[in-house]
Amino acid sequence: MGARMKKKYEAGEATKYITRAQALKKLQLNLKDFRRLCILKGVYPREPNNRKKAQKGKLDKKTLYYVKDIRFLSHEPLIWKFRDFKIFMRKMKTAMEKGDKETVARLKDNKPSMKLDHLVKERYPSFLDALNDLDDCLTLCFFYSTLPRDTKVPANLISLCRRLTVEFLHYVIAAKALRKVFISVKGIYYQVEIKGQPVTILINHLRGFKPTTASDVDYRIMTNFVDFYTSMLGFINFRLYHSINLQYPPKLPGININENAADEDATEEYNELVAALNTSLVANVPEAEEELQIDEFPSADGQDKLDEAKREAEAIERMKYLFKGLKFFISREVPRESVVFVIRACDGEASWDSSIFAGATYDETDESITHQIIDRPSVEKQYLSRYYIQPQWLFDCINFRRLLPVEDYFIGANLPPHISPFVTERLGDYIPPERQVLLALERGETLPAEEEEEEEEEEESEDDSSEEEEDSKPKKNETTKSQVVKEKKGMKVMRGRVEMPDIKGMDEEEKEHYKFRELMIRNKDKRLYRSMMKNRKSREREAKRLENKRKFHEKEEKALKKSTSTGKELTAKWSIQPLSSTTSDTQIKKIKKDA
Amino acid sequence: MATASKSSKRRLEIVENNENSAEVDDIIEAQVSDNADDSTDEESSEYSGLEDDEEDDSDDEEDNSDWEEGSDEDEEEGDEVHNMSTNEDSEDDTADDKVVPTAVPITQDGPSTSTAQLPAPPVEDEYAYDSSDEEDLRNTVGNIPMNWYDDYPHIGYDLEGKAILKPKRGDEIDNFLRKMENPESWRTVYDPQTGQDVILSNEDVDLIKNVMGSRIPDGSYNPYEPWVDWFTNEVMETPVTGRPEHKRSFIPSRVEAIKVGRMVHAIKMGWIKPRVAKDTSVERHKYYLLWNADDKSEDVRRIENPIPAPKPRLPGHAESYNPPPEYTFSEREINQWNRLAETPYQRKFPFIPKRFSSLRAVPAYDRFARERFVRCLDLYLCPRAKKMRLTIQPEDLVPQLPKPRDLQPFPTVCSMIFKGHKGLVRTISHDPSGQFFISGSDDQTLKVWEIATGRCFKTFEVKGTVRCVSWCPNASIALVAAAVDNNVYLINPGVGDRLVQAKTDEILKEMPAQTDYLIPQRVRAVLTWNEPDKAQWDSGFRVTLTHFKAVKHVAWHSKGDYFSSVMPEGDNRSVLIHQLSRRRSQLPFSKSKGLVQCTLFHPLRPYLFVATQRHVRVYNLLKQELTKKLMTGAKWISSIAVHPGGDNILVGTHDRRLCWFDLDLSTKPYQALRHHGQGIRAVAYHKRYPLFASGSDDCSAIVSHGMVYNDLLKNPTIVPLKKLRGHAKFDDFGVFDVLFHPTQPWLFTSGADATIRLYT
Repeated sequence: MGARMKKKYEAGEATKYITRAQALKKLQLNLKDFRRLCILKGVYPREPNNRKKAQKGKLDKKTLYYVKDIRFLSHEPLIWKFRDFKIFMRKMKTAMEKGDKETVARLKDNKPSMKLDHLVKERYPSFLDALNDLDDCLTLCFFYSTLPRDTKVPANLISLCRRLTVEFLHYVIAAKALRKVFISVKGIYYQVEIKGQPVTILINHLRGFKPTTASDVDYRIMTNFVDFYTSMLGFINFRLYHSINLQYPPKLPGININENAADEDATEEYNELVAALNTSLVANVPEAEEELQIDEFPSADGQDKLDEAKREAEAIERMKYLFKGLKFFISREVPRESVVFVIRACDGEASWDSSIFAGATYDETDESITHQIIDRPSVEKQYLSRYYIQPQWLFDCINFRRLLPVEDYFIGANLPPHISPFVTERLGDYIPPERQVLLALERGETLPAEEEEEEEEEEESEDDSSEEEEDSKPKKNETTKSQVVKEKKGMKVMRGRVEMPDIKGMDEEEKEHYKFRELMIRNKDKRLYRSMMKNRKSREREAKRLENKRKFHEKEEKALKKSTSTGKELTAKWSIQPLSSTTSDTQIKKIKKDA
Repeated sequence: MATASKSSKRRLEIVENNENSAEVDDIIEAQVSDNADDSTDEESSEYSGLEDDEEDDSDDEEDNSDWEEGSDEDEEEGDEVHNMSTNEDSEDDTADDKVVPTAVPITQDGPSTSTAQLPAPPVEDEYAYDSSDEEDLRNTVGNIPMNWYDDYPHIGYDLEGKAILKPKRGDEIDNFLRKMENPESWRTVYDPQTGQDVILSNEDVDLIKNVMGSRIPDGSYNPYEPWVDWFTNEVMETPVTGRPEHKRSFIPSRVEAIKVGRMVHAIKMGWIKPRVAKDTSVERHKYYLLWNADDKSEDVRRIENPIPAPKPRLPGHAESYNPPPEYTFSEREINQWNRLAETPYQRKFPFIPKRFSSLRAVPAYDRFARERFVRCLDLYLCPRAKKMRLTIQPEDLVPQLPKPRDLQPFPTVCSMIFKGHKGLVRTISHDPSGQFFISGSDDQTLKVWEIATGRCFKTFEVKGTVRCVSWCPNASIALVAAAVDNNVYLINPGVGDRLVQAKTDEILKEMPAQTDYLIPQRVRAVLTWNEPDKAQWDSGFRVTLTHFKAVKHVAWHSKGDYFSSVMPEGDNRSVLIHQLSRRRSQLPFSKSKGLVQCTLFHPLRPYLFVATQRHVRVYNLLKQELTKKLMTGAKWISSIAVHPGGDNILVGTHDRRLCWFDLDLSTKPYQALRHHGQGIRAVAYHKRYPLFASGSDDCSAIVSHGMVYNDLLKNPTIVPLKKLRGHAKFDDFGVFDVLFHPTQPWLFTSGADATIRLYT
């Protein structure tokens, strides 16, 4: 009796995978339902280690799923719901065609509905798992919440998205979890820190927003995603509110979203939501802040890292109450939702013209307003007691984690570049100067601009006393000269010269040695090494290109400035003011100086 | 009453046309009589009501009969109603409403309500089609002469059975004054049933006017409608139906009436309840605390080995609405961006970085929906796999080699240049002591040099290109073998110890007796040993071996008695091994294994290395068998060198590779180096120091550290140390030969530029 013959593809890699067509057959579903099921259950194709083996020797590329995943899908009760729905649709169609209104009404009442709660728990067994996947969820929900009612999307879903997203924003405000913001051409990015996990949201700009025109977008697929995401976001919201001792769902004034009311005016509702952002969830914010304390452990990494962590923590703590005590008034051309959210998330107060939108808390005439956010070239009537600044100031302040000087952001001013806070530079990457300033601040260094200023001051003081010094200087020179002459005459031990090692020669030796080392790279690493070096070279080239471009630009700008004006520039560009009162003082001083 | 009954049904009017017209006549009569009566009796109102007043006794009988008739009709109508409910024929009602003259109570301002009663609350009525009069009536006394209630303070009873009090009517003066003040007084009539004044609507007035003018009461009725010939004599091709409806179809169904009766009963008993729409949304979106702890995961069935989706890429500076100036596109970059319209994935960004002067100016991103959609597709369609991310720098891949400084001594600088040759110096070889070396060149000379002084001691003229010279490694003999064209000359260089020279001459003076040795035919055809003539002897030539083909390479055995010569074109007779002491030669191989490049003797054991174009074969000379075949993987071997230990071989190839073979390890190269820019011409080991060198056509020689350990478990370490340059290029040739000094860490290189260099 010989051993049984082993057939090919009956063990190992080939048995682990199943193609999509096979999966459809096994689950007895059509492609549409299968797709929906995959989306809801979070099942995705897998890339096999060896595609040829996994496809049982077939050469064309196929979508492969794990056999175990498909088996797992087959136990899903949702499949029965799909079948129920299919039957429901069939009955409905018959009734509609017969014109049997009675039956239609009865069927509509008993329409099968799905609950996705169990899926949330199943896909994200722990809360942190869910937070990890929150980026896509929030971005898509925000996108849906901005959709107009005339899209192919069910209206109640849009309302639900609106509600859930606003609730999330409220959580961010209440928990002071906003960390980074960035206005991009695509939309506004917000980075929120929840349980130490960064969650990045992208909210699209709304001016001229036409989502329905895109013919290459299948809203049905996205709606499947949103179906799941809404239940996920609801549970996450619940848990988040629970974690800061708030009740969920919150009772927001002005929000009575009727999910079934499809004909309600969408823009009005949206305004109500924005208005709701301006109200505080927590009636009494616990004022007693705990002193930030990091226990000190003698670590091997050294003091530097500890210091850095401390600085970071302090900066975040400072950022949470960045706009504390500041009162903002928002002009109507400014996108209110984002600005109000940003202000409130950093503990500021905001209001707008009550005649235009609901939810305003104080009027433009309020004398205690410190800043007015404005986005037009000029205003007729200006209050002296407040700064008129452009909205970018708010966003830059949050990224810099401190209040920036307002001069650069005045009405009609040419705004300084808005840089991304999400970039992490690698060695040799180009860092724009604005970013360098930010990095220096984060490191706790003093600013180069300030130093310049000091130097200038010194120079000025020197100028004052220069006349006195001029007399003394030539004398000193004479004495030194005479000394040198004397020294030459007598035999003396001269000060020895430091012999510089032949750096160039050494460098070349090193270089040659490195070249030889490069030659000795193992064969299997050689390709990788080459590609890595190639990438590095291209990165360096890119950095160099950008640097040159910047230099060229600056030179051009300087020439332009010289030709246009010879006036003095504002010297203290980056001086930091902790409070607005001091800024005004310095400003006054400067004005006096200029005069 | 007549109005009420009339308001109900239209179908009856059509069918029972005569009856209807009679009714209308009744109404007219009544009104006319009313009018007459009122004008005579009372001046207070023009129309006291549609019904007769209490004085009008003559009409009582008629009224009663009318009432009875009406009640019969009502019953019929009830059945009719049920029929209609099944047919859902509600249009008729609205049409009826138009026709029916309506009245408005004074108490109300709006003339819109059509019924004489108090307005019912606008509750959506399920039975809207059921326009039964009785239901709307407030007064429940029924159709009786209202003068029966003259003596009572009330006028009847409402739905709950409470008495309806008579409204106060002032005295005549008051009425008169009110009439004068009220502009609507001419159309105000008294409704005896409710005891209220009613303003007639325009329709009512029109109706009355029509009746008074003997016209058709319904103003909208067109008596001159085109004649429809229902029962035409023309036979239609596909008649819809030729049959008039049967009379039975107008009679209410008894069975259905029973069914409806049952339903009504069930509703009354509360067995059938109206459907309440389920509020599914509330139930569905009920959220609760799903996770109890943050990071503790409970055991749930999940998908196999889940891989979280990669996070979307975060934006860079270029994506800003107000990017730093260096990120905005120049014209060239915009052109490039446009050029890649066919292949948008090759673009650096999916958008053109652009500066907006203010936030107000930023429009919505037109590809936003698309990008979201693509992300969704990625999430459920992209195959996922776990990939290890490299966190290393490229420098980490470069092996850490010991610093050359620590591996000294090795030659670093060119300290001497030997000039004198006039052609390419193809070959060099040193004497066993290391005092002299000999070089052979294309200028048909051999030169002996002293290393220490750099002096050329002797020059031997030969007729032909010197391919190879090799100094006999036996220190007791002063002899050099030189391959020149077809000959191998054994030359006494005439330098060094005179005793040795003399002894060498002594040995070579006489040919040993070949008594019982017969030169094999095969060897005789290939080679002859020739004695030199006098002139040649004097100039140093001792023996000449004349081959049948050009000799390219000669190599001595370490003992100095045997040497081999190689004729690459000799096919199966290309390798010869000669014994000097007995002046005999043999052809070790009977078969050609390829173009033999060179041969070498193993320094310790009786092995012969034969390098063909691609392989190096190792033969055991004692056993006369092939022991190993080394696979170089090269296309053309140029030279080989054997480590003094004998276990390692260096192979230089024309395709730039330098292969180090460890014979103990494998027949494949232990390490292959490609550090020369062009083909390698020569390789050499140092006898004492752990050094080896290679010379190449790129005019350089590279000295490397090659340490071989006695420990068998430890592999040799190879470290390239120094690239020695200096030779000039001539005719695409660079360095021809490299040679280490036997005792010092010095390197000789001979080049195509007719010089020999010494690096120390």
